[in-house]
Amino acid sequence: MSRTTLDLWVGVFVAMGIAALLFLALKVGSISGSDIQSPYTLSARFDNIGGLKARAPVKSAGVLVGRVSEIRYDNEHFQAEVVFTVDGRYKFPTDTFANILTSGLLGEQYLGLDPGGEEKTLAPGDVIKKTQSAVVLEKLISQFMFNKAADGEPAPAK
Amino acid sequence: MGGVFRKLGSMAIDGVWQLGFIARFFWLILRYSGQSFTRLHLTLRELYFSGVMSLLIILVSGLFVGLVLGLQGYETLQRYGASESLGTLVALSLVRELGPVVAGLLFASRAGSAVTAEIGLMKVTEQLKAMDMMAVSPIARVVAPRFWGGVLSMPLLAALFSAMGVFGGWLIGVVFIGVDNGAFWSQMQAAVDFRYDVLNGVIKSTVFGVAVALIAVFEGYDCVPTAEGVSRAITRTVVSSALAILAIDFVMTSFMFRGL
Repeated sequence: MSRTTLDLWVGVFVAMGIAALLFLALKVGSISGSDIQSPYTLSARFDNIGGLKARAPVKSAGVLVGRVSEIRYDNEHFQAEVVFTVDGRYKFPTDTFANILTSGLLGEQYLGLDPGGEEKTLAPGDVIKKTQSAVVLEKLISQFMFNKAADGEPAPAK
Repeated sequence: MGGVFRKLGSMAIDGVWQLGFIARFFWLILRYSGQSFTRLHLTLRELYFSGVMSLLIILVSGLFVGLVLGLQGYETLQRYGASESLGTLVALSLVRELGPVVAGLLFASRAGSAVTAEIGLMKVTEQLKAMDMMAVSPIARVVAPRFWGGVLSMPLLAALFSAMGVFGGWLIGVVFIGVDNGAFWSQMQAAVDFRYDVLNGVIKSTVFGVAVALIAVFEGYDCVPTAEGVSRAITRTVVSSALAILAIDFVMTSFMFRGL
């Protein structure tokens, strides 16, 4: 069997297809699994997680250090339990503060880690005790209204 | 009144019959496909006819779809001051949905119809019967290579379509309108996940390839061996491939992208 021009064209086609796949994988998407190395799992309990979802980023000082892997309801504490993986290169002290924050005004929600000053670091499987729930807009507005009302009260007394 | 029910009943039985026949036909193709890989030049020839020959239409349509997405996306996004997200919009809609689906529809009408016509004409001119008499299985010699040609070329074509579309969106967004180049790519890369988006798109397009190729070879093999029968079979190929692609796409999307 000899080589034909048909084989050449099929080769060109397959090479183009694979190049397109590589382009999609490397340039359009980023192979995000690879930038988190030897991950370990931590968890935190929140009163309210707002709109946090699985696969949401975990950031410390604005840098991506891990991802949320699971969110479940803890029926013992009546709280949300957020399980997340953190890159093995990064260690956090035991008094790390976990917040649920929003990127931008209407952006996606993410888990922010504020490290404390403790010497000991969190081991895999540990639970972060200090947490701050997501800001619920309705509560914020009602708080604002109450404050306004409280400020306004002395005025009619005059 | 009784005639209506009789007609409905016979249509239902016919449908089930055909479904069973397709399933058996699919099984036969899989059983005989060993030959289409040991005699690779048969499959390569089909890869040429259904893959390489569809390249031009896929690339050009991908480019145009990307250009339109860029224009329309920018129009809406800039109202909310989010024109940097144009890359995300273009890439996600192409990689997840438009790439596999539109490439599949084009592939069905460009390559699927040609395969049906070829096999149908072989049936009309009794070449399939002649092969059978020479103890050459027409499924192994004719049908299986065409099936595999379609299945293998579909994911490559869909990837090319998506890549071309992203290029088109970039052309409109960055080159003509002036969205920032760095923000365009970095926002896109932050939002498009390899496993979740790109790989699911590849899986989708492979499934569409199986569906389109199976429908095309089946309709050709099953057609009434007359000139009219072949033309009807070609019409059925295009119509049922399009329906199959859209229906399968809905089912797969609801499994793959559940809003997380």
